[in-house]
Parts: sequence; structure tokens; C-alpha cells
Amino acid sequence: MPLLEVENIHSFYGHIQALRGVSLVVEEGEVVTLIGSNGAGKTTTLRSIHGVLPPKEGKVIFDGEEIQGTPAHDMISRGIAQSPEGRKIFSRMTVRENLEMGAYHRTDDIREDMERVFDLFPRLKERIKQEAGTMSGGEQQMLAIGRALMSRPKLLLLDEPSMGLAPVLVERIFQIIREINEQGTTILLVEQNANVALEIATRGYVLETGTVVNSAPAEKLRQDPKVREAYLGEI
Amino acid sequence: MSAANATGRGASPLKRFGLPALLIALALLFPFLDDGLGLGLMFPVIVIAVYVMLALGLNIVIGFAGLLDLGFVAFYALGAYVVGWFASGHFNQVSISFLSTARSISGGSPAGIHISFWILLIVAGAFTALCGIIIGAPTLRLRGDYLAIVTLGFGEIIPRFFQNGDNLGGFNLTNGTIGIKSIDSPGISILPDSLSTWQRFGTLDLNPWYYTILLLVLITVYVNIRLRDSRLGRAWVSVREDETAAAAMGINPVTTKLWAYALGAMFGGVAGAFYGAFIKSIFPTSFSFNISILVLCMVILGGMGNIYGVILGAIALQGINFYLLPQINDWVHAIGESLGSPLLAGADIPKYNFFIFGIILVLMMLLRPEGIIPNRQRQEELHDDSDAGGDALGGTVRA
Repeated sequence: MPLLEVENIHSFYGHIQALRGVSLVVEEGEVVTLIGSNGAGKTTTLRSIHGVLPPKEGKVIFDGEEIQGTPAHDMISRGIAQSPEGRKIFSRMTVRENLEMGAYHRTDDIREDMERVFDLFPRLKERIKQEAGTMSGGEQQMLAIGRALMSRPKLLLLDEPSMGLAPVLVERIFQIIREINEQGTTILLVEQNANVALEIATRGYVLETGTVVNSAPAEKLRQDPKVREAYLGEI
Repeated sequence: MSAANATGRGASPLKRFGLPALLIALALLFPFLDDGLGLGLMFPVIVIAVYVMLALGLNIVIGFAGLLDLGFVAFYALGAYVVGWFASGHFNQVSISFLSTARSISGGSPAGIHISFWILLIVAGAFTALCGIIIGAPTLRLRGDYLAIVTLGFGEIIPRFFQNGDNLGGFNLTNGTIGIKSIDSPGISILPDSLSTWQRFGTLDLNPWYYTILLLVLITVYVNIRLRDSRLGRAWVSVREDETAAAAMGINPVTTKLWAYALGAMFGGVAGAFYGAFIKSIFPTSFSFNISILVLCMVILGGMGNIYGVILGAIALQGINFYLLPQINDWVHAIGESLGSPLLAGADIPKYNFFIFGIILVLMMLLRPEGIIPNRQRQEELHDDSDAGGDALGGTVRA
């Protein structure tokens, strides 16, 4: 049984249809990436899974249970954490307070998890008392991912972790994402930077105007001439 | 390095407990001071304390949860009317007494509903909290300005309802503009006769009133502090910063805001209940929109979210109202008379109080928008330009 199964979802912003029957599967332990151009429906797919924009039709099955229509704030206790687009860290809280917010729904000891986040992102430990909003974009991205990990999710949704970051930093962040996956967290990754995304992903889905047009193991997608031309910047 | 320290509040024990203890001691001794020096300030100080309580209630809504509530007076009025209904002769069709100090002249049980003030304090708090939930549940889905508009309407509707509620299908609920009069005094009837002023609170010795409202204010302060440092307090900060992100952390934004609204309403209601009993007669006109704005000004002036700041704001504004303006009025009159100017001699300075508050607010917004004693996070929210730098490597993409 897959960890996450999305079956033919249709989502709307008002009257405008953003998703026209997206289906995808994420097996436990995988890194699955959604690639595609602006407006293809990548973020909308994540939002539909996460309950921010419940799909009008179709099913989202997580861990054997249908979760479409469950509000966003119930997702974390089910085991889905997300690092949203634009990071959305609490910029007036300190790094520590942000991480504590990530474990808000938990009542057990969180020190171990905080240590784990600091192992992954030593930079955050240095900045533990700093206001999150005063950190650089890269550090804020690290914090957003770290905060999501604090809930010990079964599935981590990452939306555009490379956005607004310098290329060196993008490499670094993606190395860490791979590390998180190797430690046992399943990841669904939405990314415009298809190059780096396909480098760490197990499988990939290509989205175009609200539908899946291609899906294959990441290695295969990287060699697909159409994908290379459209998303990997090769002519 | 505890979590509390990381938030920057962990001051030395002297600062944490010394100052509050000193202030409480001063407050406890105030009646003796007032009596000894012959200040005659007991009445205004009690009313100021009611406003401190109101401001602390509104602080939960505005300061902690960041919800702009322009109709807070509604809860104050509802609380006062609870006491009006259940501790006076208003409903003279019935005669119900429960642990009340009220006695009829003939010695029998008096007409109307007479329930102990202490029970009514709790009833008023529960009732207004419930009203807060009923009003809040549909409206707290709105954000920002829309919420302000709805609460503004609510603050107007409630006093209107009390004004026109003297004939609800033939039933006189509120006695209209005449209001509800001769509200029972609180009292603790089980006390021995040597403490007769506490058996039934009178109008000559205001000490029992003073200590009652002081206790209520201290409870409010304590609850404010505990809430600020609680899980719920954290949730409020996060919802204030970013609702979407808060939801991703597993926080239900609507229920979180509803808690703030209901708790704020509760303190407003209890303050109203005390005020109703203290002032003994309540009229719809005592609960005008001005009060919502006045309490809002107190919270903003003192520093949204900072408990000491809000207390100071309430004392400062009501101090100006009760003490400074009449004082200035006297001075202006004296100057007018010595100069022979009828304009100055007859000027009515207290009439301009809202004009003066307006100037104070504008100056505060220009010079110190975070209030006299700011809340740390609030201060940063209002000085947002300081962190626009970021570093060259990461850029500064911010939602």
C-alpha cells in the first residue's frame, strides 16, 4: 500500500479550474518530485493534498485513509508536515520558538528532534536566539524545513525549497533533503528547478496545465528529450 | 538556558517579583493613603480600575491575538445588564432571592430577582464569553478590516437593543432609555457585625468596592500573564503572524481566535457587572461607542500585548479624564477670571477629552507606535523596515 495516493483530483480557485484530474502515488521511503512550469498546478496539488484547497472531486488517500476535505490544521497530527511556498516562517519569533511551533501539536519531549534539526542544519544552532526574520533567505529555508521536521512527519511536503536562493545554497539544501530522506522520511517535492529535483528524486511527475503528462523514474525523466528541452534548459 | 529565557523575559528575580510585589503593596495600602492625606480619590480610582480590567480584557483580543475589536463595549454592557436584571427590582412580576443582601422594607422577600453579586460576577463572565463565541464563530473567519467592521456594528447594536428593549412583544426586558435603577449592593452577609461595611457595600465607605475591584484586576493580570506564556498564547502569536503557517503547525486558526475573543469578552463582562453594581443604575447611554474607542486607546497607548503597558495606558487616559482635565479646567477658569476673559472663564475643557486623546494617539503613532511599554514582538512588527537587509548569499524573499 502506498503512503500517499492521489486519485484524479480536480481543484478550483473560485470558478477557475486549476487541477484537471491529477493522480499520483508516493511509496514509503521515496522522494517524489512534481516538476513543471509556472502555473502547471504543482503548488495547487500540494495545497489540495494538504487541505488548504480541498479538491472538488477525487480522492486523497494517506496511510490507508481518505483525507480529502480534512482541514489543514489536522494534517500534522496525521503525519503530514509541510514547508510551504515562500517559507512562511514566523519572522518575529526566534529560531528556537519557530522550531517549538513545529512541534506544537506534540506534548512529549522534543529535545531529541531539535538536536536532529541542528545536526542537519548546524547554522540554525548558531542562530538559535536570533529573530527568524533577520536571517538570510537560505537560513530561513533551512528553518522552514527544520520546523516541518519537528513534528516527526511520515510525509514531508516541500514547496519550492530552492526559491530565491543562490545556486551554491540550492545544492546544499538539496543535499540535506536527500539526507532527511535517507533518515527515513518520505518526501513529496515541488520544484521549478527540475535539474536539482530530479537529481535527488526517486521518481518524478511532469505537470502541464493541471494534468500529469508524464511520469517515470527520475533517471529516465532526466534523459527524456522532451523533458530536457522543456525543463532542463537544453535545446 | 530554559525556553522562557530564550524569549527574553527571564529577568532577575528582583525584577520579576520585586516590582509587582511593590505595586501590589502600594495598591493594598492606597485606601489608607487616600484617607490619611484626604485625597478623596477613591471613586475615580475604582472607576479607573474598572477600565484597567476592560483594557486587559481587550488586550487579550487585540494585543495577544491581533484581532481589531471595535465593539468591546458590547460585552461591558451585557455584563452590566446581567447584574441589572438579576440583582434589582426590575422584573417585579416575580420575587426571587438567592443569597442576596437585598431586603424589602416590610421584611419579606422583595420584588424582582435578587441573586448574590458574587454569583452574578461568574454568571456575567460566562454569559459574555458565550456571547463572544456566538458573535465570534461566524465572524472570526473574516480577517483584518472585515472583523473590525463587524465588531463595530455589534458594539452599536447592543446598546441600541438595550435602548429599545422595553417592549419586546409586550415584555419589558431593558426598561429602555430609563435604564435599570437601584441595583442591589454586593455584600458578604455571613461576616460578623464588626465588619459591617463588608456585610453590605455602602456608598460612604468605598473600601470594600476598592478591594473587590483590586482583586478582580489582580485575577485579570494573573490570567493575562498565564495566557501569554501558555500554549494558547503561542498559538495566538503564530496566528497573528501568519494564519496559513499556523494552520500548517496544526493550529486551528478559528478556534484559537475564538478563545481570545471569548476570554476578552469574559473580562469585559465581569468588569461591566462590577460597574453596574457600583454605579447602581445603568442606562443604554452609559455604553456608547466612545468607550470601545477609549479602551482601544488605552491598549494602544500602553503597548499592545504588554500587560504593564496596558495597565499604565488605562491609568494614564482615565487619569487625564478624571483628574488632569478638570484640573486644567480650573486653571483656565482662574486665568480667564484674572484676565477678565469670559471665553476662558467659561471654557469647558473636559468636553475636549476625545480631541486630546486623538492628539495623544496621533503623537504616539508618530513617535512610539509600539506604545509606552512595548511588547517585544509587537515592536518588531511595527518597525518592519529594520530587517529588510538579509545577506547577499540568501536574498530576501519574504512572503
